[in-house]
Amino acid sequence: MKEITQLNLPEDVLYADDHEWVRKDDGTVKIGISDYAQDQLGDIVYVELPQVGDKFDQKEAFGSLESVKAVSELFMPVGGEVVAVNAGLEAAPELVNTAPYTDGWMVEIKPKDPAELESLMSKDAYVEMLKGL
Amino acid sequence: MRYLPNTEQEIAAMLEVIGASSQDDLFATIPSECRRKNPMKLPPAMTEWELNQHMDKLADQVSGTHHNNVFVGAGSYHHHVPASVSYLLGRSEFSTAYTPYQPEISQGTLQAIYEYQSLVTRLLGMDVANASMYDGASGLAEALLMAIRVSRRNKVAVSKAIHPNYRQVVNTYFKPTGYEIIELPYRPDGRSDLAALSDITDLAAIAVQSPNFFGCIEDLESVALKAHEDSKTLMVACFTEPLAYGLLKNPGSLGADIACGEGQSFGIPQSFGGPGLGMFAAKKAYVRSMPGRLVGRTVDRDGKGGFVLTLATREQHIRRDKATSNICSNQGLCATAAAMYMASLGGTGLRGLATLNYDKSAYLKKRMIQAGLRLPFEAPTFNEFVVKLPAEFEQKYQQLLKKKIVAGLPLAPYYPELAGCHLFCVTETFSKQDMDTLVEEVAA
Amino acid sequence: MKETAGTKGLIFNEPLLWEKGVRGRTGFSMPRRDIEEAPMDEKLKGGAPDFPDLSEVDVVRHYTRLSQWNFGVDSGMYPLGSCTMKYNPKTNERQAALPGFAAAHPLVPAQLSQGILQLLYNLQHYLAEITGLDAVSLQPAAGAHGELAGMLICHAYHVHKGKPRSKILIPDTAHGTNPASASLCGFKSIPVKSNAQGILSADVIGELMDEDTAGIMVTNPNTLGLFEDNIKRVAEIVHAKGGLIYCDGANMNAVMGIIDMKAVGVDILHLNLHKTFSTPHGGGGPGSGPVCVTKELEKFLPVPRVVFEQEQYLLSNDFPDTIGKLHAFYGNVGVQIKAYSYILSMGAEGLKQASQMAVLNANYIKTRLKESYHLPYDRPCMHECVFTDQKQSVYKVSTLDIAKRLMDYGFHPPTIYFPLVVSGAIMIEPTETEPKENLDAFIDAMQAIAVEAEKDPDLLHRAPLLPKLNRLDETSAARNPCLCD
Repeated sequence: MKEITQLNLPEDVLYADDHEWVRKDDGTVKIGISDYAQDQLGDIVYVELPQVGDKFDQKEAFGSLESVKAVSELFMPVGGEVVAVNAGLEAAPELVNTAPYTDGWMVEIKPKDPAELESLMSKDAYVEMLKGL
Repeated sequence: MRYLPNTEQEIAAMLEVIGASSQDDLFATIPSECRRKNPMKLPPAMTEWELNQHMDKLADQVSGTHHNNVFVGAGSYHHHVPASVSYLLGRSEFSTAYTPYQPEISQGTLQAIYEYQSLVTRLLGMDVANASMYDGASGLAEALLMAIRVSRRNKVAVSKAIHPNYRQVVNTYFKPTGYEIIELPYRPDGRSDLAALSDITDLAAIAVQSPNFFGCIEDLESVALKAHEDSKTLMVACFTEPLAYGLLKNPGSLGADIACGEGQSFGIPQSFGGPGLGMFAAKKAYVRSMPGRLVGRTVDRDGKGGFVLTLATREQHIRRDKATSNICSNQGLCATAAAMYMASLGGTGLRGLATLNYDKSAYLKKRMIQAGLRLPFEAPTFNEFVVKLPAEFEQKYQQLLKKKIVAGLPLAPYYPELAGCHLFCVTETFSKQDMDTLVEEVAA
Repeated sequence: MKETAGTKGLIFNEPLLWEKGVRGRTGFSMPRRDIEEAPMDEKLKGGAPDFPDLSEVDVVRHYTRLSQWNFGVDSGMYPLGSCTMKYNPKTNERQAALPGFAAAHPLVPAQLSQGILQLLYNLQHYLAEITGLDAVSLQPAAGAHGELAGMLICHAYHVHKGKPRSKILIPDTAHGTNPASASLCGFKSIPVKSNAQGILSADVIGELMDEDTAGIMVTNPNTLGLFEDNIKRVAEIVHAKGGLIYCDGANMNAVMGIIDMKAVGVDILHLNLHKTFSTPHGGGGPGSGPVCVTKELEKFLPVPRVVFEQEQYLLSNDFPDTIGKLHAFYGNVGVQIKAYSYILSMGAEGLKQASQMAVLNANYIKTRLKESYHLPYDRPCMHECVFTDQKQSVYKVSTLDIAKRLMDYGFHPPTIYFPLVVSGAIMIEPTETEPKENLDAFIDAMQAIAVEAEKDPDLLHRAPLLPKLNRLDETSAARNPCLCD
């Protein structure tokens, strides 16, 4: 397991308290999991993603990540409608481990209520949260 | 007692190390209101020799299929089991091991089950098979629940020509769920009637059995076409006699999405109905929704090939309340027996044995018809078929029991509309003489 | 190093079945054909399945070699917690293989099956007597199947009362089959945290129990190997609000002849014949999971039931409130015969001694290992004890490493990473059939490994060194499943 100082935590995304990241695009947001989360989960073997068109509220489970011996649910950092899913994860789930912020993105959402983004953390706030764990 | 090796001295030595003065001390914290007030009332312990006598006596009071002409199948079949198979199953490295959680020291079980899975996919023409379900009936129930999960619908159609006990088990599994079961009738020719489905949409699955309970071979291709008119509906083909697929077109080639059924015919003794073997196979696309254990190929850290349990995140110990099933222990040793049997028969032998079963049954059918008996269903059959017997046959049936002949299974308790009809079964274990005698007795 | 049980030896490589054989070989004696070939519609015929053709020698060698790669109870000590890997008596095999039993057809008239029906009838009574409950069905084919039966009975009970309930309380120490079985009946699992002593608190249950909760699924003794001291109070609380107590009887081996489950307050219980009652585990079954209930719930038991009427044993479906059928016939009768033989071989006194001995053996291991390994709950255990890798983790040695190294010493590893409430759990259940010298050898091995963890952790990371294979890649097996050839 990595030390906090070894983690890759980019500045250009916001973080949720259950370790998802959110990157704002043009009217939509992309969602994935942080380097801390992928390090904790270990080798990802399968990613279960929703279908385009599915709608979820903030904090609702939208999918799951499987490692060999465990399943972790994914929770929406903001509520909204799924406009795209990363089909590449079907054949290459390991992208979540190797490129969690780029090729390992999971879903693209059209947020229902952009104000919900305010509840997410900056990188510094996320680091503080990790220190407290 | 030979299974309790520690002597008084050893017990005393261990108590001393623990710091307890007696064995009762170790139970001291158990509240008195939870304790038994009296010792268990059980028969006094028997010596091995007394037990043998006792069991021999009980076994003598059963008229087994080995000594009697039991012309009954209906989900339990008398087939020859090679001595080599029984012998190999006795190897305690197979029977006294448990689930292969530690693959390094369980490669025997793992390879045997991987081979079983592979042989089952080849037999049924499917993409993937699991390590077993409990039996054909619970397998069917789980297949329907799987179809419901995959399709996200809550209605299934189940043919009345499926084994009545299997349908009862499906009903039991479905009762607390609220899912709907539509029953499909059978046609005069003995096959399932799909006409009832013309107004019904949103089915998760259409399930038939082939050969069905009446021994009739269903038109699986038509059932699959009907199911697949709706892209979400699955076709579930079940069976009670897998030997049929040594001869007939297999369910996979005819469009089945899930093929499941009873594997007892393959090297497993009848044993009053259990343990059996739930064979379960499906199309690759559905593998992550499958219940049951799966063995997969892999390599170790030195690159050497081996096998492990895999896709375990579907299962109860990881997914818990969201698991694809609650199944844990399955019928592992029975699956191993079936693999040994399939290996002993080989592809050529399986074809030869299936053909022989078909021919024996065709002979009995022919003789029955010649003797003036009516066969109500005209669809082709495999090794079982229905015969309508004369009005007062019940008395003759009882007399034949005394002659060690069981003249078929009376259908009235299962299908009141078929009162007076019996379901007959023959396998390779019956001789021409046995069948001639039966016909003489029945037609007399 | 003193000579240990594990050593090098010559075992054989063996390919897959279809990598052997030659078309035309056979391992089967085809019965004589005494009737003619019959015509068949060609449209119905398929091709022969693509199976290899093997001789009997090919088949026997194949499976003999495969068996050599396996570790079973007959190979050595197999302290797999929660599984009760006790010795499987060979006389049980002889009885189940008696031709009268092996060749019994389940659907012939009862008069032809009196011997087997009598056996099943008696077994039902013996299991009722052993548990303290009133009525038994042998039909479920495994423990999880018995749990499903129990949950269906619980569901039916509340429906019968006119008010179905939607929730079930399940302790965080429960076996995964518990919530899975509850889900199959449409119940929502409400998790219950165990207290600092590793058992359930009556207060916590009191807060969670309400009129929409159908009951609680407990395991007693629980999966930490501890007796649920508060169980009677818990039962009272659940009963007071109209709920039922379901007990997972997987750990019955600790309490035969000692506990009365009915007195505890249990309404429904399942047993694992392949655990407590010595039937072999078979590499993953077949097991048998009879369900035992109080008189009040008897009417819900699966059918058919074995009854004694008019001087004979019969199978009766005449129970209108039954939950129905869970198995095509009557359950795993071949397994039930072995349990019956075991009970007759042991007798009441023998079964009680088995439980006492199982508990003694586990406490002996616990006492002797607690210096070397972290013991999360330092109190008397029952038939199994749970340690963790806390002391070894400072050297970067994990529970997994310890388990893999144990193989080199000639032992099957204990259960690892279960129960989930303890991080890095190592659950050891020796059973009563293990003699003291094997317990001592196991303890010596564990202590040696603890020393290795400190002095040479890399050795443990490289373990196991003696078996045929070493640390299989489960990640790629899950990412790219190859499930058949």
